[in-house]
Amino acid sequence: MSHKVLLSANEAVAWAACKAGCTVAAAYPGTPSTEILENVAKFKDSINCEWAVNEKVAMEIAIGASIAGARALTAMKHVGLNVAMDPLMTYTYVGANGGLVIVTADDPGMHSSQNEQDNRNLVKFARAPLFEPSDSQETFDMVQAAFEVSERFQVPAFVRLTTRTSHTSTVVDAGDDFGPGKVEKKPYVKDIRRNIPVPMFARPQRLKAQERTAALRAFACESPFNRIESGDKRLGIITSGVTYQYVKEVFPEFSVLKLGFTNPLPSELVKKFAAGVDRVLVIEECDPFIEEQVRALGVSVVEHATELNMLEMNPGRLTALRQELLGDVEPPVVRRADAGLPTRPPVLCAGCGHRGVFYVLAKLGATVTGDIGCYTLGAFPPLNAMDTTICMGACIGNAFGMEKAGHKGRLCAVLGDSTFFHSGMTGILDVLYNGGKVTTVVLDNRITGMTGHQDNPGSGKTLCGSPAPVTDIAEVAKAMGYKRVERVSAYDLAALERVLKEALDADEPSVVIAGGPCRIAAKLVNAGTYEVDAAKCKACGACFKLGCPAIERGEASVDGKRFKSRIDPVQCSGCDMCRQVCKFDAIKKIR
Amino acid sequence: MKTMNVSLVGVGGQGILLTSDILAKTATLAGLDVKKSEIHGMAQRGGSVISQVRFGEKVCSPIIPDGASDLLVSFERLEALRWRHLLASDGRVLINDMSLTPVTVSSGLQPAVTDLGARLAAEYPQAKFIDAMAIAKTVGNTRTMNMVVAGALSTLTPFETATWEQAMRERIPAKLIDLNLRAFETGRSAMA
Repeated sequence: MSHKVLLSANEAVAWAACKAGCTVAAAYPGTPSTEILENVAKFKDSINCEWAVNEKVAMEIAIGASIAGARALTAMKHVGLNVAMDPLMTYTYVGANGGLVIVTADDPGMHSSQNEQDNRNLVKFARAPLFEPSDSQETFDMVQAAFEVSERFQVPAFVRLTTRTSHTSTVVDAGDDFGPGKVEKKPYVKDIRRNIPVPMFARPQRLKAQERTAALRAFACESPFNRIESGDKRLGIITSGVTYQYVKEVFPEFSVLKLGFTNPLPSELVKKFAAGVDRVLVIEECDPFIEEQVRALGVSVVEHATELNMLEMNPGRLTALRQELLGDVEPPVVRRADAGLPTRPPVLCAGCGHRGVFYVLAKLGATVTGDIGCYTLGAFPPLNAMDTTICMGACIGNAFGMEKAGHKGRLCAVLGDSTFFHSGMTGILDVLYNGGKVTTVVLDNRITGMTGHQDNPGSGKTLCGSPAPVTDIAEVAKAMGYKRVERVSAYDLAALERVLKEALDADEPSVVIAGGPCRIAAKLVNAGTYEVDAAKCKACGACFKLGCPAIERGEASVDGKRFKSRIDPVQCSGCDMCRQVCKFDAIKKIR
Repeated sequence: MKTMNVSLVGVGGQGILLTSDILAKTATLAGLDVKKSEIHGMAQRGGSVISQVRFGEKVCSPIIPDGASDLLVSFERLEALRWRHLLASDGRVLINDMSLTPVTVSSGLQPAVTDLGARLAAEYPQAKFIDAMAIAKTVGNTRTMNMVVAGALSTLTPFETATWEQAMRERIPAKLIDLNLRAFETGRSAMA
């Protein structure tokens, strides 16, 4: 009997964790990985799951559960793994007790990320086994296999998804016995030689890690996830992950070595495959991770001029490759119609409380170090109120570094509440401790917005919906020793200007909490409607500077250079900010 | 059957992802292999949105190659033009007759397309237009606009109405299902 369901790979991870008897899961949200834990939470009766404050803590919780003998899962976007590398790099020496599976969701093409790092490199660096599924069924099967491998070889096991697998739904046969798996917990035995890698204990673990890699390499050669699909032997293609699906579509007739277990690379299998075909071609998404290792084995690989090692793979790129190598396909005639079409970039929502802060910071002429979240959109016209964005929590250290380098003028670090809890607290402590004068503005909307409204330590709820203590950011700063801590409504532009000007010009460090709930999360998108009185509007353009999607160009002035404004009643959410910036009293609340 | 490729495009917030979910579920219930692929994240904030659904005996790539969509469903007029390159030379087109002004235009940063109607007619002589918002209003709730589009779209797919209905029942909360089924039915009739 089969039980067929349509699942994204993110959902398939959750279903597989349930079936494999996983009992602990922790993660921090990050596109494209977020839905993994959201779906794990649907199995909360058998899996204790949480939104961790950041990826490092999530990894540490999963490691702790593994040490205690349970099967544990953590999941993160590719850059999240950077945050979690510290515990990982040591736990791959210590070795897993209960099965530990780590899902890294990479983002080729940077649909929703600041870089395109290929985390297969980090998995190899950590000496861990790696699965690369090509669809949701394989994700479901491989996550279960990863728990087995983790326990058998006593090592955390990785599953690498990409945006395309994470957010593609495909048919999965979950089996008619689907339900929470019953797996006996491994016994916990106190063992400091294993669990405390001081140098004298770490050295033997280092040797063990080496032996383990050799054993895993042999295992990879036997893995059912690595298989030769025989075809026309004039060309043999080695591929992995979702790229396999594109290869089957564009090169359907040729022999394929389909790799699903890619680290350690199954060297003997690669050599066997290479010996059975005329020419070997490696096709993979992002870095030449497999290709470089295949070349190092002494296998000669087809050279070509088609760029494949950056940005997202797609069938069109492989068609171009086929045309170059075989000359037997014509790319389809594709007619673009987009010449001169206006773009439709993402924007801060109508009524978003972040808008006022950026409007005021732009007015004050501040240099703004920014951070990761919806508010990164404050960088774009017409607000133009952000200078830098590096990574989660970086804005504070970046601002302090600019201050130390003698940067002139007003300087301000801006980040959201969730990012503050993730890795902003250490930054503000450093500024205070080392005598900095940085003003840190926390855009406190009480939710993790960009990833789709996940709870955090400020929202009063956990992943599973239970009530939680609400952490007050102002009190955190005061407890550290900050003297200048201000709370201000993100919707009161006059108060924002006064507070920010004082804080930025003060000769001491400060933390400003600009509070206002996310309009979507707090269901305030229909909280009110404003209207422009065309008779009073002088077409001064002040309200356009807010960059609100609800404020549109209306009637042109006589010279045609300026425009009156008009408010779209459907989009307007009644935040009141446009009324505050109007000097002619032309905007009023009508509902 | 030959694999059918459907691209659904529009603007974040129009209900495109729910529509493509239901299409994919319908194809699954019909016993076909299905892949549905979409991009989340930044696109949620009022940006362009695309979801692609492929179904047939066996589907490999989740991405539809450019120039290979058998059906382009646009929830918005400007977006229909933006995604022209997806459509196969013999592809069909369904356009929701609704215009949403991009913020780049409303704020004066970029010029508006003044001849949109003429350009759409020139690019897509075969297109079917449906005023799904007007129909949703007659049904009694503008938020059912996406199910009006789904109803219209259903006439261009090989599935029975009963299969669509089952997919909708599995995906839409019970208290909203009757309203949505009515929207679907009205959208379907509008194509007759």
